Amino acid sequence: MSNLITRRRLLWSVPVALLAVGGIAVAKMMQPPPADLDLSLAKPTEQGLYTASVEPGLSPITVGTMHGWVVQITTPDGRPVDQASITVDGGMPQHGHGLPTEPDVSADLGAGRYQVDGMKFNMPGWWVVNLSVDGPAGPDTVTFNLVL
Amino acid sequence: MRTSTVIVAALVIGSAAAAWWTLAKPQPWTEEETRLVQSLGLASLPPLPADPSNAVAVDPDAASLGKALFFDTRLSANNKVACGTCHLPDRQFQDDLPRAKGVGETARRTMPIAGTAYSPWVFWDGRKDSQWAQALGPLESAVEHGTDRAYIAHLIEAHYADQYAALFGPLPTLDAVPDHASPNGLGAVLEDWLALDESQKDAINRVFADVGKAIAAYERTITPQPSRFDAYVDHLAAGEDTSGILSDQEEDGLRLFVGKGECTKCHNGPLLTDNFFHNTGVTAVPGLPGDLGRSVAVEQVLADPFNCLGPYSDAGPGDCAELRYLGQAGHEMIRAYKPPSLRGVASRPPYMHAGQIATLGEVLVHYNTAPAAPDGHSELAPLNLNPTELAALEAFLGALDPIEGQP
Ligand code: HEC
Ligand code: HEC
Ligand SMILES: [Cu+2]
Repeated sequence: MSNLITRRRLLWSVPVALLAVGGIAVAKMMQPPPADLDLSLAKPTEQGLYTASVEPGLSPITVGTMHGWVVQITTPDGRPVDQASITVDGGMPQHGHGLPTEPDVSADLGAGRYQVDGMKFNMPGWWVVNLSVDGPAGPDTVTFNLVL
Repeated sequence: MRTSTVIVAALVIGSAAAAWWTLAKPQPWTEEETRLVQSLGLASLPPLPADPSNAVAVDPDAASLGKALFFDTRLSANNKVACGTCHLPDRQFQDDLPRAKGVGETARRTMPIAGTAYSPWVFWDGRKDSQWAQALGPLESAVEHGTDRAYIAHLIEAHYADQYAALFGPLPTLDAVPDHASPNGLGAVLEDWLALDESQKDAINRVFADVGKAIAAYERTITPQPSRFDAYVDHLAAGEDTSGILSDQEEDGLRLFVGKGECTKCHNGPLLTDNFFHNTGVTAVPGLPGDLGRSVAVEQVLADPFNCLGPYSDAGPGDCAELRYLGQAGHEMIRAYKPPSLRGVASRPPYMHAGQIATLGEVLVHYNTAPAAPDGHSELAPLNLNPTELAALEAFLGALDPIEGQP
């Protein structure tokens, strides 16, 4: 009887141990980005004050390459927003760190278009880029997602 | 009751067997993994980036002058130390020591040089922004070459005047310049520097910078050499049979490197470094001066007169993006260091910025346990890999050695 229990326990312990190992392995895998990530490069800002679109100067964006973006700001009905002040930050939500550089607007290209330089992403994975836009309608923010 | 137990047991055993099979059998690479693995191969290495801050970067005459200077022990206080004393060409341009020995002993480990032309930041903490600006550091370091810029300028006049003039124009008159003078010197060396007028200082700085530019032209030619891993990647990319290029164990190790091991967070791209800075919780060496890594280097590189934006740089107005958009060093840059390229890493112990870890096996134990950092915060989390997996990772790193017969 006691023999039987021991054997049965043994029989159970093998798959349980294997599953545990498998489970840990899965938990430790590089986290994939969320499945429903909005990867669009044009969208309304958080409060709907503006529409922002971005055009990375590198396609596809590669890990570690410094490059610039053109940012376009319009009113919700599509008129260009000039003389907006734009600041850029971002990072990797799953890694808890920011951008490796401090990008900045280097030129006002006119017609609501702004040149942002100093963009760089030094790891593969999910990145967010946040733009803070301050224009005639007031301050607003918008977040773009990228997967490298 | 009994039947259901049996069914459940069968199901569990079945799924466990499937899991086991998945873990034990070599699997074909997923599309995502293939992309990542391919990005690590030398075939993905772009052409050398231009260095607009160095007008002679690709001049072969500059490279030959630079090579002569790199191995010339006259460029030292005791006539015994050259760049090549610590950066040995037949040892991947490093010296196999925990800390380097020049005129004295350094507080950090000698770094290999291959591929540094790709790196926007040089040194463990990136306190220089080009190969030429970097070369000026060891020349004036009291524990490396132990010289000063006036001494170097006189030396160029005595031994390399023609080669110098052909590349950079005539040497300035150095008759009124004392034998030794530098803003980084001590005592008389510093006093003599301060006594020079601005145009003399500028002339000496210019010769000094040119020496760096010639050395950089030589260093640019030191490039990473192909490994068995690269052969594997080439076959994988071409859709050809990869069997036999890496052992099963090495292939398992590669899978861990790009997957569960999370190594490609920081060791990515064909040089297996992101050329940024990370605190990985490596211990401080007792007895050495405190080392805060990148957190103090940002100000140093911004203040360096030999940086890309400085008066001795050949860069134009639109250049120097790395320096311009560098930003400030936050808290996470405390004890952050540049991940070394892992090419050839298995055959050049010891490891880390001050040679803290003796073997590759111990490096992997470090990543597996992720100890707390002595200062700042480590970016690592424990990996919980088992001994078989650690051995596989170690085997894979061996496949990054240059193929026999190549330096
Ligand atoms: C006494 C030994 C020694 C001498 C001599 C020496 N180096 Fe180094 N080298 C080192 C050490 C140590 C480091 C790392 C120092 C640090 O990060 O503070 C280093 C770092 C470097 C790096 C940075 C590589 C990277 O990936 O960032 C380059 C390039 C380099 N040295 C080139 C040179 C050149 C050129 C010379 C001659 C002008 C030279 N070294 C002389 C020991 C030496
Ligand atoms: C968070 C970034 C990061 C991750 C993730 C990372 N490394 Fe590193 N690695 C570094 C840094 C930074 C150093 C240098 C640290 C120092 O000297 O203090 C380094 C050093 C090393 C070295 C020593 C190289 C030398 O020449 O000294 C090896 C080997 C290494 N890493 C392998 C790995 C492996 C294998 C993995 C995955 C299990 C890994 N690394 C994951 C950043 C990282
Ligand atoms: Cu990250």
